[in-house]
Amino acid sequence: MLTREQLAIRASRELRDGYVVNLGIGIPTLVANAIPPGMDVWLQSENGLLGIGPFPEDANVDPDLINAGKQTITARAGAAFFSSSDSFAMIRGGHIDMCILGAMQVAQNGDIANWMIPGKMVKGMGGAMDLVAGVKRVVVTMEHNAKATPDNPKGYKFVRSCSLPLTGQACVNLLITDLAVFEFDEARGRFRIIEIAPGHTLDEVRDRTDAQFDADGPIATIAL
Amino acid sequence: MKQRLFPSPHAAMADLTSMGVLTDGATVMVGGFGLCGIPEQLILALRDSGVKDLTCISNNAGVDDWGLGLLLKTRQIRRMISSYVGENAEFERQFLGGELQIEFNPQGTLAERIRAGGAGIPAFYTATGVGSPVQEGKETREFFRPDDDPRGMNRVKGSARPGARPRAYVLETALFADLALVKAWKADAAGNLIYRKTARNFNPMMATAARFVIAEVEEFVPTGTLDPDSVHTPGNYIDRLVITTSQKRIEQRTVSKKAT
Repeated sequence: MLTREQLAIRASRELRDGYVVNLGIGIPTLVANAIPPGMDVWLQSENGLLGIGPFPEDANVDPDLINAGKQTITARAGAAFFSSSDSFAMIRGGHIDMCILGAMQVAQNGDIANWMIPGKMVKGMGGAMDLVAGVKRVVVTMEHNAKATPDNPKGYKFVRSCSLPLTGQACVNLLITDLAVFEFDEARGRFRIIEIAPGHTLDEVRDRTDAQFDADGPIATIAL
Repeated sequence: MKQRLFPSPHAAMADLTSMGVLTDGATVMVGGFGLCGIPEQLILALRDSGVKDLTCISNNAGVDDWGLGLLLKTRQIRRMISSYVGENAEFERQFLGGELQIEFNPQGTLAERIRAGGAGIPAFYTATGVGSPVQEGKETREFFRPDDDPRGMNRVKGSARPGARPRAYVLETALFADLALVKAWKADAAGNLIYRKTARNFNPMMATAARFVIAEVEEFVPTGTLDPDSVHTPGNYIDRLVITTSQKRIEQRTVSKKAT
């Protein structure tokens, strides 16, 4: 099983030189620390910044400069600020190469649910629905299973059909869990398993997964 | 030129009720993302106006003791239109108690609804929210993505890129308010505004999408000193200006260790 940091490292291998990328909160945020040296990646923050820099030193904290998680940040050389409507025009208009975000559930047809649990206090979807609807490549990082409950004794999160209200339909391109990696095949409309965490087997992945997926291609061990 | 500069946030809002701009039940837009770029002193004046049953259009709802959280505490807000309200315990309490209504909008849909309202566009189609609860009760229609159909622009059959498939879009309506409160960095007497860094966020659209607009600014500069090429909001959108000293509270102070 991959740790959070290892999940971030695996996700960082999806980055390409020159990419514009939006990182969600949680594990995706850790991907910023795992960008391969020498690779030029531009991080977009949906509150109006292209070109997120490192966290500021204490003396340089600026309340007017935050990321979408409301953390104080810096802007790198070459950065640009813009309004929220310009930011989401960039997102919906297909001008962002990739987003990496977390999920509560992913379905076998690429649906994602990550914003509300009926009966619990809903905090809102923020920018997640716009990101999954507009960004070219949607990468999800999540734990393969949640805690067991009476309704879901195996804690399935990669499921045949999302039971939670959707964030977006048929939009996930790559699913990276702490157990395996699944690539969505547009032509087939299904996921194919492409990697398994060291020390785990395909049978185990099947046992811990509700979703149906293909396993007819090469399956590598996740390199760490 | 109309006199725009007022000596205080309270003075700038004192006659709004008698003018019919700010009455019980009014719709008020409030700029900001989290606590960044909120018109914090105008929010205090809005609270002190005593107006109630407000519909507030704002990306977030402040925190318990700052920003719009102050108006939640005094129960002046009946309804919020927001994308995320996670940082506010009072909000949760009133929502679960049924005192407060909330309409969640995807953040980009919220921004575009405001932009459209200011631009005279009553509605628009977006792919955001299709298949989610956001779509419920709204018209949908299939289009090609604009970048999949550069030849026909969704008007000519068979013109889309080979292999492109139409997708569903949902019709969203524009937002317009009785009053907008925005925060800018610099202004001149003509009302021109320049925002600073990520404190810009929702402020420029809100400045265009209300019958009456008040801007809270940090610096007031002589007319003619702002570079017209650098103006973010042209002055004709702004009815009143106040210069304030902002507290600029920080929600998540995150720092890196100083390199030695």
